[in-house]
Amino acid sequence: MPDLGLEVLFKGKNMVRILGGLGVALQISLISVCISIPLGILLGALMTWRNPVTKAILRLYLEIIRIMPQMVLLFLVYFGTTRAFGWDLSGEASAIIVFTLWGTAEMSDLVRGALISIPVHQYESSAALGFTKAQTYLYIIIPQTIRRLIPLSINLITRMIKTTSLILMIGVVEVLKVAQQIIEANRMASPNAAFGVYLTVLVLYFIACWPISMLAKYLEKRWR
Amino acid sequence: MAESLLTIEHLTKRFGDALIFDDLSLTVRQGEVVVVVGPSGCGKSTLLRCINALEPIQGGTIRLEGETVEHKGKNLPELRQKIGMVFQSYELFPHLTVLDNILLAPMKVQKRGKEDVKKEALEWLERVGLKEKANSYPRQLSGGQKQRVAIVRALCMHPEILLFDEVTAALDPEMVREVLDVMLDLARQGRTMIIVTHEMQFARAVADRVIFIDDGKILEEATPDEFFEAPKTERAKKFLNMFEFHREAKQDDRK
Repeated sequence: MPDLGLEVLFKGKNMVRILGGLGVALQISLISVCISIPLGILLGALMTWRNPVTKAILRLYLEIIRIMPQMVLLFLVYFGTTRAFGWDLSGEASAIIVFTLWGTAEMSDLVRGALISIPVHQYESSAALGFTKAQTYLYIIIPQTIRRLIPLSINLITRMIKTTSLILMIGVVEVLKVAQQIIEANRMASPNAAFGVYLTVLVLYFIACWPISMLAKYLEKRWR
Repeated sequence: MAESLLTIEHLTKRFGDALIFDDLSLTVRQGEVVVVVGPSGCGKSTLLRCINALEPIQGGTIRLEGETVEHKGKNLPELRQKIGMVFQSYELFPHLTVLDNILLAPMKVQKRGKEDVKKEALEWLERVGLKEKANSYPRQLSGGQKQRVAIVRALCMHPEILLFDEVTAALDPEMVREVLDVMLDLARQGRTMIIVTHEMQFARAVADRVIFIDDGKILEEATPDEFFEAPKTERAKKFLNMFEFHREAKQDDRK
């Protein structure tokens, strides 16, 4: 077996540090998810309104966020705001802002998609049964929307967790950054450490995301 | 004859510039089964959708037991409880079991007790041969089974009148019968029904009165025997001939 340099992980506090890095990544994604989901639901519902102005504004927001690479957004918020407005945002705060903006946009599109995928006939058949509009939403439309939405939004969460690997570029010390630091520090002693350490990072991301993916798969099957 | 239950007077309906109904009037009496036929696109389904105000109308009045059915009217939810509608595409609620599909509206809209409605629902399900499916989900049922559930769901609201909108049009041929049998059974019980269908033999068997619509008007209104044996208008003759032609053409194909 080739030398993967795995022993560096057990030097000093390296293992704790790398787990701490994962913690930072998870914390940032968790906070962003918690803000983006309710905001996304709100905006997604607004997107199904007929008002052309609301529609246009939301569409513009969604497209801009989607077209921009997350990295550009991160730079824009972290460096750009300092230049333009003199804000001194920390890397973590910038990351949370960007991930919330992105998560809200993606979530709103999922909500919009789920809402318009409910056939018109579902509204009509419940109206024909004498349900009021509010009752129709409460008993028929929202339960069906949630069933469609949960697997999709769980996938969004895993995407957000994975994308946090970009925030090392704005100086946040998350798992990938810690990994790089460990590799750098041991360059002389274990020149092969890169492979083993990055492999560990991969495993950590996997451990964080896999159960979430499985949950999505399970819910999708159950509600099909 | 019994008193009139549903009265449509001078109905005008437009989709944009297209005139669907022009001054259409129709009265349906208590216990009567009216079958509506006509070429596709003549507005048969639209007529049913106007009756329970799923479509706004541009003129005329529709009254059920003297009360005006109005699109966006205040009493619409109450009125719609008296109008049971069964759609071509069943439109069961996919997230609920068969039983819950049936119970939801009586419990939430009419605030009836669960046990009371459940008993009634199970009796009906047994009658249409679906008692063992009570806890299945709609996706586990065949088209014919779904449509029978949809009929039971409408019935458990105790409607005054039932509207059937081409309920067998989406079904495989071997499933058509099981649905039509349920409807024949309902007709025998003396329920008031308006049926839009392309099943001419069934129309003849079930109808008290046949209405032929074309060009936004009722062109013919007759007993089923009169209509199918001796249609008065050229249009109706042509329409009925089309069915004959199809049948002969198929026999030729087989040779």
